[in-house]
Amino acid sequence: MMAQPIAASKEPEAATPALDVSGLSVEFPSRRGTLLAIDDVSMQIAPGEILGVVGESGAGKSITGLAVLGLLESPGRISGGAIHVGGRRVDTLSEKELTKVRGREMGAIFQDPLTALNPLFTVGKQLVETIRLHSGMSKEAANDRALALLQSVGIPAPRERLRQYPHQFSGGMRQRVVIALALAAGPRLIIADEPTTALDVSIQAQITALLRKLCDETGVGIMLVTHDMGVIAETADRVCVMYSGRVVESGPVAEVIHNPQHPYTKGLMAAIPSLHDRVETLAQIDGSMPRLNARPTGCAFHPRCPHAGPKCSAATPPLVSVGVTRSACWLQQGGTQ
Amino acid sequence: MTAYVPALTVDGVSKVFDVSAPWLNRVIERRPKLFVEAVSEVSFTVEKGTCFSIVGESGCGKSTVARLVTGLYKTTRGDISFGTGATGRPIRVQMIFQDPHSSVNPRWRVGDIIAEPIREMKLRDTEKETMARVRELLETVGLGADDAQKFPHEFSGGQRQRISIARALASEPELLVCDEPTSALDVSVQAQILNLMRRLQDELGLTYLFISHDLSVVRHMSDHIAVMYLGRIVEQAPVEQLFTAPQHPYSKLLLATIPDIQNPKRRVEAQTGEPPSPLNPPNGCAFHPRCPIAMEKCSKVMPELLHAAGHAKVSCHAVAEV
Repeated sequence: MMAQPIAASKEPEAATPALDVSGLSVEFPSRRGTLLAIDDVSMQIAPGEILGVVGESGAGKSITGLAVLGLLESPGRISGGAIHVGGRRVDTLSEKELTKVRGREMGAIFQDPLTALNPLFTVGKQLVETIRLHSGMSKEAANDRALALLQSVGIPAPRERLRQYPHQFSGGMRQRVVIALALAAGPRLIIADEPTTALDVSIQAQITALLRKLCDETGVGIMLVTHDMGVIAETADRVCVMYSGRVVESGPVAEVIHNPQHPYTKGLMAAIPSLHDRVETLAQIDGSMPRLNARPTGCAFHPRCPHAGPKCSAATPPLVSVGVTRSACWLQQGGTQ
Repeated sequence: MTAYVPALTVDGVSKVFDVSAPWLNRVIERRPKLFVEAVSEVSFTVEKGTCFSIVGESGCGKSTVARLVTGLYKTTRGDISFGTGATGRPIRVQMIFQDPHSSVNPRWRVGDIIAEPIREMKLRDTEKETMARVRELLETVGLGADDAQKFPHEFSGGQRQRISIARALASEPELLVCDEPTSALDVSVQAQILNLMRRLQDELGLTYLFISHDLSVVRHMSDHIAVMYLGRIVEQAPVEQLFTAPQHPYSKLLLATIPDIQNPKRRVEAQTGEPPSPLNPPNGCAFHPRCPIAMEKCSKVMPELLHAAGHAKVSCHAVAEV
């Protein structure tokens, strides 16, 4: 049972969503044909909401985050759909316009905080530069804001810390600095790509608690990309489960975890060893996720699916509402025959 | 209950690394030599046919213990001894590493990777017998016999980890040291590898020394657990006891902060503090700066690992006094 209800009362329709992705497709042209990395993905994030995007490596979760940020590496390109951040369409912007939106409207937190910071500049200089770039504040005002930011992300002795270099910070503290940088211009949306994967569990708990707190206090929407279902369970309001470039299930976190609809989500949940009781053998999904160049026809999960029928290899199931969640499986849509 | 037969006995083992700056820098900058004690005074025994796990956060010395046991590092102090194997000789040890991408040679065919220990140790007389053994091993770990002709890049991460397990089994070891064997794998593949390891343990009577930071994996695999913090074992207990009644404050902290899928502890105030640097460990108990029940004594005297409630051993003044 859930200890307490979680943000089910939030109405995404009430305000302009922090992020609205509809029908997004991303492709990578290659010598041996075009690879479709993201296929018709839609998701919304309300202000103050944390949407978890979960999936195994190669599911396309990081590519979705990068596409929103406009940071897809060439030759990757958006081949369909639209991305709105705070009501403004961003996928059609030029690189110059995008540079202004990025940072001001959306921030990013990546896995490794050491590579996200410049080792040659003090943390204070990097913060002040970012703040001034986006707000045009005076140096003094920007300095005060940098101090307030470090305080809000829970860094002790922020005044001294501003004068230090990234190597003088521990991993958890560094990630806090990166979060402060992402927040510097007061964005509507933060893309957090595996923000705690490089950290130890006790530090991970501190960082996820911080993300939750900032979300509640500033009303920023967060897209939390991770492979760790535990982090999602502890942090997110809603979750999107991705498999081979498509969203296979989405819904409120507690519902998806305790009452998964899609066979892949069911298998994934059963495969995670429990902290509470011990089983002789774990449920396992045989095989592994298909590579992009060898994606099966129809539902990409059907070769591994225990319920697969002839319909599954013939047509791709759409994402439809099943109770309070949405699932993309023929089982709930008239059977697999 | 049968008699306790140890497969591995680690007695008071310490490992000190020299992390000094290069000689010239030391001379010019007048800096002294710098040493870090990555593992200090670690003792434990592993019973034959069981799985003993070491958990802890990065830098606590758990991987160093694994490398000391397999002889990849030499101990600075203390003894490591092995029990007697089936043939009357000391039992053989093999190791499985975390990253299956870097622990197999990309230029070798899978068959040669697995056959190397067999050829090297002359476990089979003829090449024909060796290849038969390779095929048998591949089938044991759930791969096809014809996979011997392929190269590692043709396999996914989970399959590559199966190859490293097959290679480890090739020398017919009785003790497998597994250093984070599933950390680089996705959960659905992790379940396949964990199931395989459990099956092999049953079929071949293997003993595991399992190193991991993932408590849910450890709970699934092990019989006994040791929790390490800054080079020392702070608590050692049977798996059920550690998970239901942890006694050391650090074990409690670990269990309280691990994300729990079935029963998330959302919005619970996270505990502050980080592990200190092993270069400059705190006096007394290394955990005392983060410990909620620290006493004056804790910052002065290092607690010993003493028998506590149940079959546990705990290194904590507060627990010892109760």
